[in-house]
Amino acid sequence: MKKLFLVLLLADAAMLAYAPVLIVNAPYEATMGLVQKIFYFHVPSWMAMFTSAFVCGVASFFVLFTTRKTADRVGAAAAELVVVFGLIGLITGPLWARKAWGVWWQWDAKLTSALILWLIFVAYLLLRRYGGAGSEKLAAAVGLFGTANVPFVYWSVNVWRTMHPTTAVVPSLQPGMRGPFWFCALAFLGLYVVMLTLRVRLENRRAELETLYLAVED
Amino acid sequence: MTFLQTVWLVTRKDILIEARSREIFFTTLFFAVSCVLVFAFGFVREGKPVEDAAAGILWIAIAFSGTLALGRAFERERQSETLRALLIAPISRPALYVGKLVGVLMLLAVVELIVVPLVAVMFQAALFEHALLMLGLLVTGTIGFCAVGTLFAAMLVRARSRDVLLPVLLYPITIPVIIAGVRGTAALLQADVDLPMARAWLSMLVFFDVMFITLALWTFEPVMTE
Repeated sequence: MKKLFLVLLLADAAMLAYAPVLIVNAPYEATMGLVQKIFYFHVPSWMAMFTSAFVCGVASFFVLFTTRKTADRVGAAAAELVVVFGLIGLITGPLWARKAWGVWWQWDAKLTSALILWLIFVAYLLLRRYGGAGSEKLAAAVGLFGTANVPFVYWSVNVWRTMHPTTAVVPSLQPGMRGPFWFCALAFLGLYVVMLTLRVRLENRRAELETLYLAVED
Repeated sequence: MTFLQTVWLVTRKDILIEARSREIFFTTLFFAVSCVLVFAFGFVREGKPVEDAAAGILWIAIAFSGTLALGRAFERERQSETLRALLIAPISRPALYVGKLVGVLMLLAVVELIVVPLVAVMFQAALFEHALLMLGLLVTGTIGFCAVGTLFAAMLVRARSRDVLLPVLLYPITIPVIIAGVRGTAALLQADVDLPMARAWLSMLVFFDVMFITLALWTFEPVMTE
């Protein structure tokens, strides 16, 4: 398990180091030119965020309905990563939008629903941080509700407003762009797995330390 | 004791307490009216409300005052540790949830009975033109908001800084309800009424209610067990 993690860590580091080379060599998009290159990091960070939200939802389910200790740690780690990757998306998005649409922010379906989902997981972290003892279980309910909410948020915001390129953009990419894009997507998902593993490991260590302290006190 | 009997007992208890003090009703109602007033300064231009303002103001007033009512309803249970007593009682936890939910819903229904006509009068909004659809939106929207709110308010009774955390958790999750309520109402109020749109939002709200009441019934037990 440890060896596998090390291999993944090295491979992902190499991929992220090589990604800029691929992005530079990819063809320019006809109307947007250089700005469009941000797409190679923007979309993969959203992919990592949605994966993480799903992981947090599943972990929350296990927290509520089983007594597995690790589920709670995975849930917390995944929620933190939703916020981190979401923040990358929320920063790269407006930078791109400023050049492509002329405004920093649009009340568009994808932007709004991503922001709402991001806020739900910020709320999850706030509850864990300031809720006091026993808030882990309560946070799990928020995680479960938040994940169940995704289709409702998506549908309602979609009917309300739409202007962002649809998801059909990715399969219709030019051949020269497709390779670098999937490479970056894979690199970001690898990065996500690495960070999640490290974060869960940290929580495990903390729990061990806690038990040791208690043992000494007794 | 059957499920429905338990629900009725819990609800009746809440109604009795409220009927004696009327504390939550008066404070919530006053708060809702203040909300309408405050928003009027933002959305009335030269004596005329801007387009869609009435729908937005109505639903924001409901959401804000609903949060207040939810918080107070469970604060009351915390003060004398009565929630613990309810949890110790040999009754099913889902029945307890439904009982509290019905109590909060009845309270908000009475508040809406006053706030909705008030908005209709103050903003010249034809809220009673399509009364049945409007009623459907109000009922399903309030149920959806309170279904999530009752679970969260109940579980936050044990948490620190619960007063702040309730709106922080509740608003992002109930955003689909707010969007559906506002857009559905706006579809009924605009110059050329869009009935299919209002119906689409209504059915979204029904789906939301079914989904989240099921989830809440299911999670209430593990969340309320320490």
